[in-house]
Amino acid sequence: MIFSFDLLINAIISGILIGGFYAAMASGVSLSFGILDIVNIAHPAFIILGSYIAYIVNTDLGVDPILTSIVMIPAFYALGAGIYQIYYVSFEKRGQESLRGLAFFFGLLFITEVTLVLYFGVDYRDVDAAYIGPTLHFGYVEIPLRILVPFLVSLLMIACLQLLLTRTFIGRAVMAVAQDQLALRLMAVDPVRIKRIAFGVSIATASLAGAFLIIIQPVEPSVGRDYIGRIFAICVLGGMGSLPGTVIAAMLIGVVESLTSTFYGPSWAPAVSFGFLLLTLAVRPAGLLGR
Amino acid sequence: MTELLEVDNLGKRFGGFVALDSISLAVPAGERLGLIGPNGSGKSTLVNCICGTLRNEQGSVRFDGRPIDGLSAHQRTHLGLSRSFQLPRPFVSLSLIDNVRIPLLYTVAARSSGRSAQDIEARCADLLREVGLDGKAQRLPRDLTQVEMRKLELARAMAAEPKLLIADEAMAGLTHSEIGDILALLVRLNEQGVTVILIEHIMSAVMSFSRRLVVLVSGRKIADGRPEEVMRDPEVERAYLG
Amino acid sequence: MRTVPFLLISLVVGGAVFAAAMAAGNDYVFFAGYVVLQYVVLSTAWNILGGYCGYVNFGTGAFFALGAYSTVAIYKLIDTNELPHLVPIPLLMLVGGVVSGAIGFGMGYLTLRLRGAFFSIATLALAVVLETLVVNWDYVGGSRGAYILRPENAPLIGSYIRYLFLIMLLLAVGALTIARLIERSRLGYGFATIRDDELAAEASGVPTLRLKLIATTISGALMGMAGAPFPYYIGYLQPDSTFALDYAVNSIAMPLIGGTSSWVGPLIGAVLLDSLQQIITVTISSAVNLLLVGVLLVAFVIVAPNGIVGLIRKYLPHKGDDFVGRRRVGLAAPGAAPAAGPSSAPESPS
Repeated sequence: MIFSFDLLINAIISGILIGGFYAAMASGVSLSFGILDIVNIAHPAFIILGSYIAYIVNTDLGVDPILTSIVMIPAFYALGAGIYQIYYVSFEKRGQESLRGLAFFFGLLFITEVTLVLYFGVDYRDVDAAYIGPTLHFGYVEIPLRILVPFLVSLLMIACLQLLLTRTFIGRAVMAVAQDQLALRLMAVDPVRIKRIAFGVSIATASLAGAFLIIIQPVEPSVGRDYIGRIFAICVLGGMGSLPGTVIAAMLIGVVESLTSTFYGPSWAPAVSFGFLLLTLAVRPAGLLGR
Repeated sequence: MTELLEVDNLGKRFGGFVALDSISLAVPAGERLGLIGPNGSGKSTLVNCICGTLRNEQGSVRFDGRPIDGLSAHQRTHLGLSRSFQLPRPFVSLSLIDNVRIPLLYTVAARSSGRSAQDIEARCADLLREVGLDGKAQRLPRDLTQVEMRKLELARAMAAEPKLLIADEAMAGLTHSEIGDILALLVRLNEQGVTVILIEHIMSAVMSFSRRLVVLVSGRKIADGRPEEVMRDPEVERAYLG
Repeated sequence: MRTVPFLLISLVVGGAVFAAAMAAGNDYVFFAGYVVLQYVVLSTAWNILGGYCGYVNFGTGAFFALGAYSTVAIYKLIDTNELPHLVPIPLLMLVGGVVSGAIGFGMGYLTLRLRGAFFSIATLALAVVLETLVVNWDYVGGSRGAYILRPENAPLIGSYIRYLFLIMLLLAVGALTIARLIERSRLGYGFATIRDDELAAEASGVPTLRLKLIATTISGALMGMAGAPFPYYIGYLQPDSTFALDYAVNSIAMPLIGGTSSWVGPLIGAVLLDSLQQIITVTISSAVNLLLVGVLLVAFVIVAPNGIVGLIRKYLPHKGDDFVGRRRVGLAAPGAAPAAGPSSAPESPS
């Protein structure tokens, strides 16, 4: 372990930047789990789906992945809404979401992953864009553009989400449905419809997150599994449904992972976020900015 | 003489909302206490804190002379505290008779061994009969009406053979004669030595059953005394009429 | 039917299965059968916590791997091919069971006070943490894996795989007996109340945390015991395939497809699903196999939430009640027939 100052600085900065991207991935779960109380462990699978769609369009048509993912938002939204409808009718309505609902999403995770394997094989895929490759240099600080760009767009996306949740009627209805469904009904708003919209938005974020992922690193179908724990760790640590909390938690985990990886070796990195999660659950389940 | 239940300055908040504000209450053994108050006044929250389903941040509770503040709900039930839930919470995958069997298996058995299987079976049947549900012993809770589910709640609470029974709105929706039956049941229990706290909105039932009345409004206790006196209290009148 | 007669009948059935396998005259039957039996144990173990108590464990792979790696650690410690003669497999299974049971207890202690969803996520986290620890532990081979040399033959029985098959058969019978005993005992009632309404269970005097810890410990221990002989079966143990999420998806799919309300469900699910998987892996591909598991899981969970056992009960309400030991009425989903079973008192209070 060679300790040097510029290694440290670079590790921290890269941790923060990756953290921004982690936040984008976790924001969807912050919505579905933190606010709607739906344990969608298949979320990473939808992110990977987004990555592969970005990959196809980039390879065949040369379109920028982030652009593709934005165009795909309506499709992902529809997918999310459809899945929620099935989930609601089959499980929530019958009160069985804890066991069977969970198993449902687990099954979806596998189906998505394996379908991708059957279609694309297990080779790593990546994309081409103008900002993949060049690196900014500030003295000894190195910032690869392929990490900076997703970081910036992630923060933008999360800012938009936060505005949606706090400033629009639909957004506030979503926050309300988490707290008091009966009151919502009395206001002639259908909680099921609101949850469907919210879940649709949650999956829509996966489209963008998928593009970010494949920009930052090459992707193959089982990569999603590595992120399940990170995403839920961030969600819990960030206080379950608080988007600002999610961002802070994501960056915290990003930095600690980065430091671990730099000074102890990459094989220890997966344990970081999961270790964080276990610790948080044991000590302070309400998270950093808990509700 | 120590009271059976002593609640001392109990306080509970949910975020910024103060659900209970320094509630103090003493219930002697054998008492028939009525607890009334408008909806949202904190009655069920108080019950939850006393029984351990919720943790109160402030104040303490003593039962049978000992402080029970750190104890979990099941430990308090073992000590002799039992309650029915305002919104019935039956065990949906178990039959009615198995529903009332649970407290016998886990609470009564924890206090004393030596109850044979036949004893337990007979006791379960008795309990269901007392609330008029023996005809449906093998049915599932989902086959019950709302009213029948409340009766099951009460039977299950009684199955724990408590020293203190808290009946939380057990009579909602019952007919006049059914109310009479449940009241008679509670009086019988009380005569056998069980202290009863009755939480109700049905004033006739409360007035005829209670020897003492406590009124909760917006998380605060505003009256505590003999029923006739409490009902004449101007603050109580204001809470209920305007 | 009380437990002892059940156990005897099961042993007889097991004996018949073993004899039939011997008569097949081909060791492949033992290799394939071992995996089926292994999944019978894993599914039954998972169901004790998942089906009976309602707490979903995604970390089956971790508990299984702990058992396997305990064996590897002991193997390296004694460092000889004579291991099976020095430390017989049943003893290794005991060690694996103790290790996994202890981890199950520890993890439960940390997370069972929380809601079921957090527990499930924690199990995922645990699986990854454990895998990372093992991958970085060179003593057991780290990421390079570990080789275990399997002896050629076992005394009396013939090839060593037959011995492994027999051991796993006995473990399967044991696991099923334990599951059935739990169902019929006071513990089974307690587990059901935890699944149905934990708050009401506490109010009724059920010590929910204690019962949940019992469930996680038994479940983890059985999974560890299933994993202990695995290094001998496979010969070369690698962390990523041993810890794989594939174990999790199978041990969840099999009880859900077979039926979670009774010990029969995981048995049916494991036998059917694993046989199907082995056929597909050989004839088509292992990727299609996993796809199938996922599809069947989702389909059953939506359409037949009570599994195959639920379907059987719907159309043949009282078939085999006595052998199955079914005591409680009712199934999880509305729409299923509420057939009233004999509501007899539980067996030996536990």
